Amino acid sequence: MAERPEDLNLPNAVITRIIKEALPEGVNISKEARSAISRAASVFVLYATSCANNFAMKGKRKTLNASDVLSAMEEMEFQRFVTPLKEALEAYRREQKGKKEASEQKKKDKDKKTDSEEQDKNRDEDNEEDEERLEEEEQNEEEEVDN
Amino acid sequence: MADVAVGRDKCGEPRLISLPLSRIRVIMKSSPEVSSINQEALVLTAKATELFVQYLATHSYRHGSGKERKALTYSDLANAAAGSETFQFLADILPKKILASKYLKMLKEEKREDEDDDNDGHDEAES
Repeated sequence: MAERPEDLNLPNAVITRIIKEALPEGVNISKEARSAISRAASVFVLYATSCANNFAMKGKRKTLNASDVLSAMEEMEFQRFVTPLKEALEAYRREQKGKKEASEQKKKDKDKKTDSEEQDKNRDEDNEEDEERLEEEEQNEEEEVDN
Repeated sequence: MADVAVGRDKCGEPRLISLPLSRIRVIMKSSPEVSSINQEALVLTAKATELFVQYLATHSYRHGSGKERKALTYSDLANAAAGSETFQFLADILPKKILASKYLKMLKEEKREDEDDDNDGHDEAES
């Protein structure tokens, strides 16, 4: 799939918001400065990815994982990011756990309902969707195990 | 230090990540040797990028001359890239700018120096 130039850029609105929230109130940001920061952010992603990938390769893994990214930050001399990133990771994991439990509960409830309902056709379609979702989650779990 | 959450969503809840993961993923995948990316790595990279944007903006502003004018300008960023080891990797994409007239002047001076060198060589050869 060919990438158009815009695809490697990050959305202006979000970048602008992040900058505004970081700077003191009332500070003006020139359009040029905004665009420069956006480009810098894309370059940062590439640099971080390449660096993280080195760590993955060192560990003989083909999939980049969370610890690779954290190691990359240290390597790039952005140690100041490590603590907030670890906190974000914890929060994300808690969120995922909550979501998974909620969807498992939903499936249980749904199964109870469809048993007492009509067509086999409907049931088959529903099950396909659930299986796809479960597969995705299982895939994520497998990747985590690589840690 | 910036909070873990950046921005708020529709319900006013602090959002964990503002940057779109799909876009971050596209950029990461464009890196040649990368085969696959675990979801957590994607989330952390997005978060790190947000922290980076904050850091670049505040650092450039604090060290920049725009502070008196309460503005962040391109040259503040270019100066940060040139002056700080941490932001060195940005030096190529954030070059310092000079006036076109200055650049033309530099070119002229270089040309004149080259011509002088040629002339010197000439003289030595003759004597």
